[in-house]
Amino acid sequence: MAYRFDFTSLWDYAPVLVHGVATTVGLTVAGTVLGVGIGIAGAAARNSASRPLRLAVGAYVELIRNTPFLVQLFFIFFGLPSLGIRMPEWAAAVLAMVVNLGAYSTEIIRAGIDATPKGQVEAGASLGMTGPQIFRYIILGPAMGKIWPALSSQIVIVMLGSSVCSQIAAEELSFAANFIQSRNFRPFEVYFAATALYLALAVLTRWILARLGDRLFLKGAARA
Amino acid sequence: MSLVKLSGIRKSFGSVEVLKGVDMTVREGEVVAMIGRSGSGKSTLLRSVNGLERIDAGVIEVDGECVDPGQIDLRALRLKVGMVFQQFNLFPHLSAGENVMLALKVVKRMGKADTRAAAEQALARVGLGHKFDAYPSQLSGGQQQRVAIARSLAMQPKVLLCDEITSALDPELVNEVLSVVRKLAEEGMTLILVTHEMRFAREVCDQLVFMHGGRIIEQGPPVALFDRPSTPELAQFVGMVEAR
Ligand SMILES: Nc1ncnc2c1ncn2[C@@H]1O[C@H](COP(=O)(O)OP(=O)(O)O)[C@@H](O)[C@H]1O
Ligand SMILES: [Mg+2]
Repeated sequence: MAYRFDFTSLWDYAPVLVHGVATTVGLTVAGTVLGVGIGIAGAAARNSASRPLRLAVGAYVELIRNTPFLVQLFFIFFGLPSLGIRMPEWAAAVLAMVVNLGAYSTEIIRAGIDATPKGQVEAGASLGMTGPQIFRYIILGPAMGKIWPALSSQIVIVMLGSSVCSQIAAEELSFAANFIQSRNFRPFEVYFAATALYLALAVLTRWILARLGDRLFLKGAARA
Repeated sequence: MSLVKLSGIRKSFGSVEVLKGVDMTVREGEVVAMIGRSGSGKSTLLRSVNGLERIDAGVIEVDGECVDPGQIDLRALRLKVGMVFQQFNLFPHLSAGENVMLALKVVKRMGKADTRAAAEQALARVGLGHKFDAYPSQLSGGQQQRVAIARSLAMQPKVLLCDEITSALDPELVNEVLSVVRKLAEEGMTLILVTHEMRFAREVCDQLVFMHGGRIIEQGPPVALFDRPSTPELAQFVGMVEAR
């Protein structure tokens, strides 16, 4: 007997899917804003004069880059309560994504910073600017512009990776799909829809990030 | 009264001593050209005066601001000393005007209107008042270097250091930069220039300094030095440059 596709059975669960998509988007936006913020701070720290600070950030980056996201998530959600640190699923999911993206973007942004011509830093210094001023006004903008495509890819990876957060019952898109197929017993249709939604989200995210990058960083250098 | 006074400046990179005790005095309004073979320590000396290199021994005094090897914060020195580099070093993401305004804003903390006015004035001084909104990538090398000069001038330094500022330029662009420097000299700006433009040095400078092996081995009025070098090193250097 041939399988009979029935996508109409999804219709009843549309609100669940919408909630899932919204949660995935919310997790991604929060994770990205905070994660890239940590990345910028981390890259600045790796560039700083303080050796202990550089080592500490280096250790953080290596720890996160060499362990699975799922374990990081479990550690935060199931491990930390042993120390009395409890949080709701969504908060644990955001925190895990922030910690994860923070480490990767620290590395990515640092590569952009390393590509800054030394002469520009010296020009800033010779004008009497402080180290932090040079970082903020001279180094950061062009560095972000250079690494924006790589950072955008990492953000998409983190967005797709947020599906793992279904494992702690954060109600994002994958959680919604699992929930629906356990009710309607239509796994093909449900996961087909979930796949299409992730694909659409990824394409949309890339498009938004590319526009954002143009607006923020397409100045001077890129017009050459 | 001397504006810049260097005494016993020493600087090593690793085990190589690049400056071996340099003494030099520059009076206010004086234009000094520094010449010498590549590797003789000219750039290192200039960078030390601007606080971009930390000296190992000696004292740098600019307009009453004293710097010795123990000095941690060199920003006070940098505010008195402007620097123009061979490679322009403009900030590529900022327009010409923004390049000039940045330090006025964040270092001098000038207000918006004042910053704008000072930047316009500085760009006008180098003949680029009409390029305020142009990005460095839209400017010729000569124009970029003039923006770099304007950027330094806007900070109102007591002395301007120029390290081979025409060496990276196509020959046809050299003169527009040199004429800006000539104008500054006429206006009474104190200048220390590392240059290979011997004719320019002869015409514009009050004092010529010849560096060799990390030391100043001759100095004096350019005509005297060019025409009657007293060391074989300078005689050879002059012969070499003029043969080009
Ligand atoms: N950052 C540095 N590290 C090591 N050696 C350097 C550095 N900067 C300059 N030097 C060396 O110092 C010497 C003098 O260099 P420099 O001051 O640039 O000479 P000049 O400007 O007269 O050509 C050269 O031998 C050069 O290789
Ligand atoms: Mg040099």
